[in-house]
Amino acid sequence: MSRLIPSAVVSLALFPLAAWAGEPAIDARIYSGPAWSPYIVGTGIGVLSWLTFYFSDKPIGASTFYARVAGFIGKLFSKRHTESLPYFKENPPRIGWEFVFVLATIAGGFLAAWTGGEFENEWLSPMWKARFGDSIALRAAVALGGGVVMAFGARLAGGCTSGHGISGTMQLNVASWIAVICFFIGGIAVAIPLFFL
Amino acid sequence: MIDPGKAVKTTHAEQPWPVASPGKLIGGVIFGLMFGFLLQKGGVGKYHILLGQLLLQDWTVVKIMMTAVVVGMVGIFVLNHFAKINLHLKPTKLASNIIGGLLFGAGFALIGYCPGTGAVALGQGSWDALFGMVGLVAGSWLYAELSGTLKKSVEKWGDLGKLTLPDALHIPAGVVVAIMAVLLTGVLFALERFFPR
Repeated sequence: MSRLIPSAVVSLALFPLAAWAGEPAIDARIYSGPAWSPYIVGTGIGVLSWLTFYFSDKPIGASTFYARVAGFIGKLFSKRHTESLPYFKENPPRIGWEFVFVLATIAGGFLAAWTGGEFENEWLSPMWKARFGDSIALRAAVALGGGVVMAFGARLAGGCTSGHGISGTMQLNVASWIAVICFFIGGIAVAIPLFFL
Repeated sequence: MIDPGKAVKTTHAEQPWPVASPGKLIGGVIFGLMFGFLLQKGGVGKYHILLGQLLLQDWTVVKIMMTAVVVGMVGIFVLNHFAKINLHLKPTKLASNIIGGLLFGAGFALIGYCPGTGAVALGQGSWDALFGMVGLVAGSWLYAELSGTLKKSVEKWGDLGKLTLPDALHIPAGVVVAIMAVLLTGVLFALERFFPR
């Protein structure tokens, strides 16, 4: 209860929709927490940013990977059409730093999960199941649709939670602070009705 | 004397997908591994931790991001001050940043992963991330298809070019960095006080 009061105050101040969170049917905190402290992980990612800027002359970012893959696939089907699109003219699909970075992120996630005994090997997260049941098809449809909207938004905004949310904000880029605030407003506005209505 | 190795004409013109230099790629692999490892240990490959943040229950995501921003920001501005690194600023385009940001957030709530943490989720065996990743590729393609129209419309609205907080506020970068570091650290202490997780 003592935790609910400040949480309600913050929620109300942050976003009126959060008022619906009054009687949460689902509590995300009953599931497993992080293996390491967020402050250790955050410090690690901050230091990692120094390294990527210094050694690779690149900010950390993830969403470009998906645009590269889209370009590769597009070129397989229609090289001319793909190369005629303004986005791919300015950002030609290439196997570059951003591409291998995200492939390695998958491997890094595997190494961490494996060493920590957290390899899940599951199609549905327990919290999703508790709310939406056992249908993998439903999960696939929602995640696919969400992915389309998310990538479109990332390209329009100019980056994702990594490129804007971490790398851009730490450079005090105005675009990134606007974008990351909008990420959370949009996310909260959809997540709360999704789970609490 | 002619070096036969150098006399051979190497061309990438025949390659369908150009490849960056090995030095760049090795950097991308090493840093990507570290990024994925840290994110998984931070718990942000987990659906319930990411959704927990959007439901304002579990504050792990914001704690990691803010810590990374404080640590990263101080290092980046010191390194940049001594001309050791370049900043990589994405242009501020108000309409694109806001609309794209809100769409991104809505998609985030539906997938439950973002582009980077989705890669981590796949690595840790949360196979539902695959659906989201397919959607992200499709959404990137959709953006590329519409990029000509978007460039002539939405992306022109409120285009302020490359803009940092110090420039916008007319305050020296060092001062803004110091203020932001104190402010964000204060927010982190408050968060930890009210939301232990």
